[in-house]
Amino acid sequence: MDRAEFDDLWLVIPAYNEARVLGETLAAATAVFPHVCVVNDASTDQSGQIAQSFTPAGVRVVNHLFNLGQGAALQTGFDYTLSDPLMSRVVTFDADGQHLVSDAVRLARRLTEGFDMVLGSRFIEATAGLGPEPDGTLTDPAVAGGQGAPADGATKMGFAKRWLLKTAVAYTAFSVKLPLTDTHNGLRALNRRAVEAMKLTQPGMAHATEILERIKAEQLSFTEEGVEIRYSEYSRSKGQSMLNSVNILVDLMLR
Amino acid sequence: MVIQIVLIALVVVAAFAMLRGQGARRQALRRLGLLVFAAAAVWSILMPDQLTELAQLVNVGRGTDLLLYALIVVFISYVVTRHRRDQRTAKQITALSRQLALDEAPPPRDLGGEPLSGGETDPLEGG
Repeated sequence: MDRAEFDDLWLVIPAYNEARVLGETLAAATAVFPHVCVVNDASTDQSGQIAQSFTPAGVRVVNHLFNLGQGAALQTGFDYTLSDPLMSRVVTFDADGQHLVSDAVRLARRLTEGFDMVLGSRFIEATAGLGPEPDGTLTDPAVAGGQGAPADGATKMGFAKRWLLKTAVAYTAFSVKLPLTDTHNGLRALNRRAVEAMKLTQPGMAHATEILERIKAEQLSFTEEGVEIRYSEYSRSKGQSMLNSVNILVDLMLR
Repeated sequence: MVIQIVLIALVVVAAFAMLRGQGARRQALRRLGLLVFAAAAVWSILMPDQLTELAQLVNVGRGTDLLLYALIVVFISYVVTRHRRDQRTAKQITALSRQLALDEAPPPRDLGGEPLSGGETDPLEGG
């Protein structure tokens, strides 16, 4: 993997109290991507220091003074990358190690087909032949860290969670009138035009819908690309799964 | 009689306190509404029997019940306006602190020596 291929790309990672896995995530990410922007959303643990320690590897840390939510952190990341005149691509990536660097690479490469955005989806198959070695040649955080995720069934999720998520997806896709199979996936690739079009103002999880609204409003071209999600013991322990789907649903209903 | 004086005084004070503020058309409308409110409040204090009559006219038992319902409506509308205002403030604070974060962020990359020599490589890019 040649880091020069991605010299025009910024990986944007919003981080809030992810000290346990952030190091692994950044080690894997910086092995491929030379420019990584970590938006430290006023973490109260060591996340900021950990991210800072990756400065020689190309990590830039932007610190929020107090917790502003993931939507605001993403927007800060977008604004930051726009200050780099050489930036032409951005990939958003979760700090908790649930995304694969190889998926990020595939999304970034698909941008070159002429899309303004490539959205990660848990519910479709990945495009073959674009990505780097799917058999784990890359050190992905969940694998390297031994988080207990099964190497094969990374995308497996419980029945109830799957059902809830699909409901949220169907509702969101319907309300923004975009044909999507996944609406709340943190892995997305944007070209510069798309980054400029993003003006996220919603805190919390509502930003996922807001991104889609921007796609619609600015008539950005997009496609979906299959990605894997590692529901590691760590991400489960954070209670991200079921309860978050409830939050998503309620957020959507209350809009 | 004492309670009526106290209540009327409170209504007048509250009305005057709310009359302050800025804004043009909306402000004027709000002030008119406030006058109506103050008048109605004084009237209900002085003539509780007429309030009860009004209540029975709309099939509510007593004047106090009608008052309670009105209070609930007013409270809910207050919560809604308050919520909107809070959201606006939150957005402003978010924008402000995001800008602050960006101002204090390190430069994205060192572009200093680039125009001079094309072959120079960024020390951060190991390749």
